[in-house]
Order: sequence, then C-alpha cells, then structure tokens
Amino acid sequence: MRSLLRLLIKNYPFLLFLLLEVLSIVFIINYNSFQRAGFLNSSNAVSAAIYGSYSRVAQYFRLAKVNNDLSAENAELRNRLDEYEAALLDSALLAHGQDSIFRYISARVINNSINKQQNYITLNKGRKHGIKPDQGIISAQGVVGIITNVSESYSMGLSVLNPRWSISAKLKNSGYYGSLLWNGNDYRKAELNEIPFHVELAEGDTVVTSGYSPVFPEGIMIGTISELSRPEGENYYKIEVLLSPDLKSIAQVEVIANTRIDELKQLKSETENAAPGN
Amino acid sequence: MQRPGIKYILMFIVLVVAQVLFLNQIQFSGFINPYVYVLFILLLPLSAPRYAVLLLSFFIGLTIDVFSNTLGMHSFASVFIAYLRPAIIRVITNREEDMHDYPGMAYTGLAWFLTYTAIMVFIHHTVLFYIEVFTFHNFFNTLYRAFLSSLFSIFVIVLSQFIVFRD
Repeated sequence: MRSLLRLLIKNYPFLLFLLLEVLSIVFIINYNSFQRAGFLNSSNAVSAAIYGSYSRVAQYFRLAKVNNDLSAENAELRNRLDEYEAALLDSALLAHGQDSIFRYISARVINNSINKQQNYITLNKGRKHGIKPDQGIISAQGVVGIITNVSESYSMGLSVLNPRWSISAKLKNSGYYGSLLWNGNDYRKAELNEIPFHVELAEGDTVVTSGYSPVFPEGIMIGTISELSRPEGENYYKIEVLLSPDLKSIAQVEVIANTRIDELKQLKSETENAAPGN
Repeated sequence: MQRPGIKYILMFIVLVVAQVLFLNQIQFSGFINPYVYVLFILLLPLSAPRYAVLLLSFFIGLTIDVFSNTLGMHSFASVFIAYLRPAIIRVITNREEDMHDYPGMAYTGLAWFLTYTAIMVFIHHTVLFYIEVFTFHNFFNTLYRAFLSSLFSIFVIVLSQFIVFRD
C-alpha cells in the first residue's frame, strides 16, 4: 500500500495531466449542457461586456459599409411599402384583420467567427429586449443564424456556419424543399440536401427559407446555387449554395420573434399526443 | 524584473486580450487562425514545478475557450503541450547546465527558441485542430490547416520576442 502511494506521488504530474485532460474531454462532450448553463460561454457577463466595448470601437471602422447596407435595405423597404400601399388602396378588406406574426428586433453583432468548425455569433441585445432562444437571425442580405443562449442584455447563437443545426430551405422557382447544412469547408458555401433528381434545376437558382419551421418566415433569402451534380447511385442532387450574406463582414442584424410560437408548439404537441382514431 | 508573479499575470492578460480581440478576428482566408497565447506556456520558468505549469496551462486554455465558445478544446491542447514541455526541452538542449531559467529568445538564442517554438506550436495546433473537427475524416485537410496556422503562429511568436516579454 505504501509503495503504491509512493508511486502515485512520484508520478503526480502524469496523474494531474490525466485529470486535466479528462476534465477537458468532459467539457467538450457535454458542451451543450454547459452552453445552457450560460456562464462558460461568450454571453456571460464578463466576456460579453469585453466584446461589447471592443465592438463599440471596432464598429467605427465599418460605418461606411453598415451605412450602405442600411440604405439599401431602406430602399427595399420603401419599395415594399409602396406595393402595400397600392394593395391597401385596392382592397381595404385584404389588409383588415391581418396582424403580423413576426416581429423584428434589430441588434448589433459584437462577436462572430467564420474559421472554426462550429461558428457562433454574439449580439448586443438580450432578454430585456425580448430575445428568446430559437429565434432566427437575419441580415439585410439573408439568413445568418439562430439564437441559442440569452442573458439579460446579450444573446448568442449558432451562425449558418455551424453543422449543429440545419435550415429548412426551398427552391424559390419550384417550391421543392430540403435542408441546408454547412459542411465545414468554405465560409461562403453550404450544401442543400434532399432535392430529388426529377426536379429541374439550374445554377444560379435562388434558395429561400421554406417557412415550415416557426423560426423563419417564408421566402427569406439564403443564397443561390453555385454548383450542382448528380452523384452516381443516389437519389438526391449534390447542391452547393453560395450564401448571400457575407458572414465575414456582418455587423447589423435583425432577430425574428414569432409571436405565435407558443400556439404552434401547443398545437404540435396536441397533435402528436392524440392517438389516431380518437 | 523583481516580481516574476506580476510579470506572468501581465503576460497572461496581454496574451488573452491579444488572442481574443485581435488574432481571433483575423480570419485570414477563412482558413488560418494563429494561436499565439501558447507563448505563455512556452515562457513559464524552467524551474517552475510541474503541477504549476499544468494548472496554469489549463487555466489559460480554459480562458480562451470561454471567449471563443470552444469549451474544453484549448484547455486540452494546452495541457497536452504543458505535459510534453520538459521532455521536448530535454531533447533539444545539449548542455543543460548553462540554460537560463527564463526561456525567452534573448537568453536562449534564435535557433534554440525557434526549434522549441516550432515543436510546441505544431503539436498544440495539430491536437487542437483534430479535437475541433472531432474526426479523422479529411485527415490531410485538417493536417494542412494545422500546418498553415502553425507557420503563422510561429512567425508571430518569434517576431514578438524581438519586441515584448524579452526578459
């Protein structure tokens, strides 16, 4: 017994090494639960505050680009407003009784990465601004990510460049839908899966959100098809999509809050629990 | 400097800030990400007890992890090289008796420091990048990324030795 103890004491660096490595592996494997715990990720008070003040300085260097983006978006919104006004004049009935399902909260990106295998995005708005987990993040150019963690005044989410989630996407022309997933290689490109061979496709086709999940409304831009092939022995196309927002230079985003999400969730659980025939 | 503790606390803060606010934002070609905080582990005194080296490495790795949402990955790679450090130093040093306690370039010379940095950084990056993808699929692609980022890190670390943390 004593010699065993002596052996252990003599080899303590190795034991400590093993202990720390095992601890690290536990951290890696249980990543999601630690994420939820909320203090060991970048939406915690200290690191979010540091990133926040850094980004306040850094944003000055991007003001020109942000300005351009905003004015482009402004112009587009103005166009749409005109369309709506015209429609409203045509039929007051159509507009009556339709309230908006989606609410938009604008936020600034205070931290973002593109070169990891799992990329995250941190925003300067949080719970007190109405942000909750599972809300979508978009920019003027298109889909950016999804919120996963929220603290009092900051929030954090997975960006499109994160294989831990996929987006329900469809082809704007034909309406066929599939799932869009990033494969970890190029930050400008993602893969669209589950589109069968009989669908007619061409490079340059537009891919938008399907609206089948409550996260994004239908028809938000995702990107355009940049490459497609028909792999031998499979039933689905291999489609590469060029993402339309440039995630490397993203600064201003909007978070989409679905005001009827609770109702949808309740409906879903009722349907799933109800036995057929009852 | 009289108080080595304060020097290392300062070094820790400077390297963490430089890493998370500047180097992590480089994202050069979406491919290369230098991890220069390894310098902290490289410069710990040679006479430091091994438990202190392991714990400090774990701590700086974990700090980087918290900032970059990669919980466990940097701490794993950091502890790994911290454990190998004495063996690597033994292998590349031929006359151990005249080593200065502080392994900065000003004391060890460019050749020794470059070899030391290259070996440590390359091991660290390789371990880190494989843990990050968590698969041996695309083996050579990952190795290539680790290699490119290592070159960049080694360059920045050696360059920094001409300017800061010289003694």
